[in-house]
Amino acid sequence: MTMQAIGKPHSRVDGRAKVTGGARYAAEFNQPDQLYAVVVGSTVGLGRILRIDAGAVAQMPGVRAVISHLNAPRLAYQPHKGGTDPANGERLHVLQDDQVRFYGQPVAVIVADSLDHAERAAAALAVSYAGETPVVDPLDAKVQPVAPQAGRAGADRSRGDADAAFAAAPVTVEASFDMARENHTPMEPHATIAAWSGDRLTLWSKSQFVVNEQAEIAAIFGMPAANVQVICPFVGGGFGTSLRTWPHVTLAAIAARQVGRPVKLVLTRRQMFHTTGHRPRTLQRVALGATTDGRLTSLIHEGSGETSRYEQFVEALTSTSGFMYSCPNVRTRYRLLPMDTGTPTFMRGPGEASGMYAVESAIDELSYKLGIDPVELRRRNEPAIDEAEKLPFSSRSLMQCYALGAERFGWASRDPRPRAMRDGRLLIGWGVASASYPCFFSPASARVRLLADGSAEVEAASSDMGPGTYTSMTQVAAETLSLPLDKVRFSLGRSDFPATPSHGGSQTMSSVGSAVRAACLAVQAELAKRAVADRRSQLFGASIDSVEWREGRLSRKGDAAAGPSYSELVTGAGGSPVEAGASAARDAAIAKQYSMHAFGAVFVEVSVDPDLGLVRLRRAVGAYGAGRIVNPKLATSQCIGGMVGGLGMALMERTALDPRDGRPVNAHMGDYLVPVNLDVPHLEAHFVEEQDPHVNPLGVKGLGEVALVGMAPAIANAVFHATGKRVRELPIRIENLLDV
Amino acid sequence: MPEETSHIPPAAAAFPPVSRREVLQATAGAVALAALPGGAADSAAAAEAGAAAGHSLRITVNGHAHELAIDPRQSILDVLRERLNLTGTKKGCNQGACGACTILLNGQRVNACLTLAAMHDGAEITTIEGVAQGEALHPLQAAFIEHDGFQCGYCTGGQIMSGLGCIAEGHAGSPAEIKAWMSGNICRCGAYPGIVAAIAQANKAVRS
Repeated sequence: MTMQAIGKPHSRVDGRAKVTGGARYAAEFNQPDQLYAVVVGSTVGLGRILRIDAGAVAQMPGVRAVISHLNAPRLAYQPHKGGTDPANGERLHVLQDDQVRFYGQPVAVIVADSLDHAERAAAALAVSYAGETPVVDPLDAKVQPVAPQAGRAGADRSRGDADAAFAAAPVTVEASFDMARENHTPMEPHATIAAWSGDRLTLWSKSQFVVNEQAEIAAIFGMPAANVQVICPFVGGGFGTSLRTWPHVTLAAIAARQVGRPVKLVLTRRQMFHTTGHRPRTLQRVALGATTDGRLTSLIHEGSGETSRYEQFVEALTSTSGFMYSCPNVRTRYRLLPMDTGTPTFMRGPGEASGMYAVESAIDELSYKLGIDPVELRRRNEPAIDEAEKLPFSSRSLMQCYALGAERFGWASRDPRPRAMRDGRLLIGWGVASASYPCFFSPASARVRLLADGSAEVEAASSDMGPGTYTSMTQVAAETLSLPLDKVRFSLGRSDFPATPSHGGSQTMSSVGSAVRAACLAVQAELAKRAVADRRSQLFGASIDSVEWREGRLSRKGDAAAGPSYSELVTGAGGSPVEAGASAARDAAIAKQYSMHAFGAVFVEVSVDPDLGLVRLRRAVGAYGAGRIVNPKLATSQCIGGMVGGLGMALMERTALDPRDGRPVNAHMGDYLVPVNLDVPHLEAHFVEEQDPHVNPLGVKGLGEVALVGMAPAIANAVFHATGKRVRELPIRIENLLDV
Repeated sequence: MPEETSHIPPAAAAFPPVSRREVLQATAGAVALAALPGGAADSAAAAEAGAAAGHSLRITVNGHAHELAIDPRQSILDVLRERLNLTGTKKGCNQGACGACTILLNGQRVNACLTLAAMHDGAEITTIEGVAQGEALHPLQAAFIEHDGFQCGYCTGGQIMSGLGCIAEGHAGSPAEIKAWMSGNICRCGAYPGIVAAIAQANKAVRS
């Protein structure tokens, strides 16, 4: 029998640690002699620091240091840009000058012998400013849109003549959309414990990209990367906010060096809304032209998103518009809106989620204008190839997703007329939308050690913010080595492990998974090489081509007899572990041959209370074509979690800024609304069978982002179906629906 | 189709009312304790806190007695995490809005971040570290794994402690009831369906 680990619904290998409180997150690596640091943020949104009254605070109980630009070390801030840093602009240099660029920017850090003492002193620190009025509203006339300087995602693209085709089209839709700023709001706040030993720095730090955090801190302090170690075995939710290394990590390291002791720094929940990125508010316009039988003749998608004044945050706002539909005339345009705010960052489905909200809403509007079912409209415009890149898709199962989702949802019984479906006094709406996200595969490495007891240790830098990296990588290694799961121990979250790309962009399974597989094959090759060269081995003298691994045993080809096991081979060779590392990366030629994306179709039912304007999600079905599913149990959880995130985007999440100073006024988990248990109804995730040999050796496409992308437009479309009122802003709130 | 349910404020579950009498008793207990000789279970921490720590606290956590000098501003959450190194109880918002810090305080679920330690001298506390019996997981813990009631795991300790409270209160009779009485515990990963299934299953196991 062949042992199969991939494709099985295994429970999480780290489940016991998480349900017993044993899993340790960054702030939980308390160090001997540790002190506590608390950040003081600016209380103006723009301006200059005039005075910091450090003296009074320095005398408060327990205070060991008050660090500001007045006494902070001048740091090297050498050039460094990881894949998650904006390509254009320069990161915030913390405590290096008196300039305040946005509300909440760190202006000082207090170090004390207890958290209480540090918090008390931070609250007491008097800072005076020469404040100016910041520009924080994208609709402010003072905002000057700019074209992104670089990045394919940001490039304006055009094929055919979309404007002329739109003008000539017999049926058109033109609509503008405004989607609110969101904050990731993971349950675990950002946290760093910094400890210096001579010129070596250890950071226990919340990160989705430990090797980049190592490189970034090394560049900021002007020290060799080898002298920085970043440790992060568990990430308490990320959704993108821990992809970059934000200023608090630097502050913790500054503080620890200044006081000569380990320092713990945890951001407050309020501070999580200031300096750790956000999904930018976006303003979009979509114009569609179609024939009367529902063939798209023009698709125009223009959008702009917030960025800071010092960096250009670019996301894939318009990138799916070129390949989702067959259309001869397509034009996209993307602009940035620099304002007095911190730099936004990637948040689950960055760009795709916002952009497809607009386009999928507009397609839905078009379906009503045409009198064609929205699923059928998508079928009529399903492209045979990626018409933007003029490449075949490596696989595209969108129509299968629609078929499966429609069947599970019962879409056929939908009354297409708005306001036609009711449940008592409640208006019922059914909506649908497409989802898509690219299949990234970035260079990654892993290492495998086979031990004398026949078990394997596998290591890769990586992260596990919740999708189940520990479990899925254990499955990949177990499958490749033909070992039971409990004979494989996978470790991650250390910058001295083999390097991996960011734990974002739905690329961990593809990239790290492929590296783990490659490392397992490499260690088998290494062990085989040793076995045929070892006089004590029963395979001594065999040519390397004449042996093969079967069921975890090295056997002669064509010989039914099972050869020695890992344990026997390692023990026979002296018992020292046999180790090998390997890397994996996408074949550049394949990338030029295929357009590679995951797709999905999301069906939802909402109710709208016509008197209160209250929208509630009643059920949802998501169907996804995401290649091979390594663990259906965890993949289902990930998709349901994505749907819950999309529910938040559709109906709740909005970071509201005070126009006077840019202060996020709802920087609180009671006021920044996210779905709670009672908001979440029965949700279903289904996967269509999809075999894609091109995307990566494992045939996986990644799920994290595509799971969120289609949810918000499906809900918005369902609200229209329920009410007959098209709301073109997110989140859809009660005040949008008081007149239905 | 799921039924419409009336929304029971989760706050009612998250903050059991504390009477003035309880507050006074807690204060009296603290004063009495201050007069007792040391015998501190946590003498090192007590010494470190030094003169600034004005309050003596005696609590039992997961069956272990602790006596320590605390800053009167300290929450039970900070005492657990920063003084006793019991980090299974999480700080999510420190404002009583997320539930990640849920513990059982004298058998009732509370948000440890909003609970001043000094007001609970003599309290019996159970944290997530005290739920399993040795290697044997509590049925609710096992059910969380079985139903995948978590992803990142950061809210999980609080969810389980709140779930234990929910079951003990008799508020786990149906999925709708569980959802209502568990809505003070946010899971940003969106594992709610698994959480509800796990609590429903454990409720049956515990009551059978």
